[in-house]
Amino acid sequence: MPRYYTEEHEWIDVDGDVATVGITDFAQGQLGDIVFVEVPDTGAELSQGGDAAVVESVKAASDVYAPVDGTVTEGNAQLEEDPALVNSDPEGEGWFFRMTLADKSQLDGLMDAKAYKAFCDAL
Amino acid sequence: MHEDDEIPIETATLPLDGWHRARGGRMVEFAGYWMPIQYEGIMAEHLWTRENAGLFDVSHMGQLALSGEGVAAALETLVPGDISALKPGRMRYSLLLGEDGGILDDLMITNEGDQIGIVANGAVKWDDIAHLRENLPDPITLNHKDDHGLLALQGPKAVTALSRLVPEAAGLVFMQAATATWNGHAIALSRSGYTGEDGFEISLPNAALESFADTLCAMEEVKPIGLGARDSLRLEAGLPLYGHDLDETTDPVEGDLAFAISKRRREDGGFPGAARILGHLADGSPRKRVGLLVDGKMPVREGAKLFDGNTEIGVVTSGGFAPSVGAPIAMGYVPAGLSEPGTALAAEVRGKRVACTVAAMPFIPHRYVRKQGA
Repeated sequence: MPRYYTEEHEWIDVDGDVATVGITDFAQGQLGDIVFVEVPDTGAELSQGGDAAVVESVKAASDVYAPVDGTVTEGNAQLEEDPALVNSDPEGEGWFFRMTLADKSQLDGLMDAKAYKAFCDAL
Repeated sequence: MHEDDEIPIETATLPLDGWHRARGGRMVEFAGYWMPIQYEGIMAEHLWTRENAGLFDVSHMGQLALSGEGVAAALETLVPGDISALKPGRMRYSLLLGEDGGILDDLMITNEGDQIGIVANGAVKWDDIAHLRENLPDPITLNHKDDHGLLALQGPKAVTALSRLVPEAAGLVFMQAATATWNGHAIALSRSGYTGEDGFEISLPNAALESFADTLCAMEEVKPIGLGARDSLRLEAGLPLYGHDLDETTDPVEGDLAFAISKRRREDGGFPGAARILGHLADGSPRKRVGLLVDGKMPVREGAKLFDGNTEIGVVTSGGFAPSVGAPIAMGYVPAGLSEPGTALAAEVRGKRVACTVAAMPFIPHRYVRKQGA
């Protein structure tokens, strides 16, 4: 299952026509203790680069952007009870939402793991 | 951008800048300085301070000294506290007031014997200095102690840790100050702080800061704590942050700081904005700073509008997740008629309404040591 990354530190796992989205380990480390996550409603139409979710640390609220166009099929309900999952398992249990892919060609513009690591190292 | 558009003001570094970075401090710009917002994490640092002792670098704050004939009476023309009655070694919280009674800054004022010490907020210290210089008589000397840093050691184990280095610390009670010597350096300390916990603020020459901080942090009770936890600790303690919860449009009664207007000054007046402030003391102010307990988990932050039903009635001036409360809390301004604890209101966050309740402050009880042996 290929995983892609954005310059805004979201990851997206693609499985056929459906994708799972979260924020990277680098991003959670920058944010610090996560105390609240607002995931999009099922059925929400997202467009690449647009607001998709909100993640709040003790200090501040940050936007999470949609890595591609598509429709939300499910938000991670577990994050409501346990937002700290984003700190403890950002690229696993701490996923934010699942979505359909409206235009798979948009994935070509994203980074793979190696490119993302180089991107973070350069920050 | 044209070259002459603006003069960039370079962010300054604190004397302990390298020390913070070496300890993993994440540096952010605050009050014109690079300051550590956190080391291991705000939540852990906050809880550590409530249980143990946290060392905060607050060297960005302005340390001023006023001296000269009649200095206490002169300062009383600018603040509403009874400075003349302040005994040597005693300090009080006070407010620098503008002509209309609005708050220009909140200050700690100490009778240091031969001079009056002032600690001012870093973000407005240059304005304070200009205001003091302009409004105090020429014979009063104003000294900016910018060759000194300021550290705060806060938490229930602060007295144990600090007494090992400065035995005088244990003899002080809340809002008492003293001078001492550490490793040949003249230092000043007071039993005070801005976390709601017992603790101390220690003023040292810049040259002594690093070794003093190292010595404290080598103790098992002490960890360095960043600005992030300082903010969440003071919010839980119900203490306002200047520039957020207080500003020049706010008077002391609106800011719920009437305790800073001393009894004699209430009778005699003679401070800026006395007519407005004494009127608000007698009749109540139209609006008031209150605490808010927030329903659910979504933080309500500075700038959120407050509603009573569908009517917008006020604004949140600071707020966030409170680690020791385990829930989001906030403070803000509401009309006097809606300021009673228990009043149900709503805050607007990203277009949604969140229920909140006016709450008595502090959110976490203060643990100041007011009597020796208590």
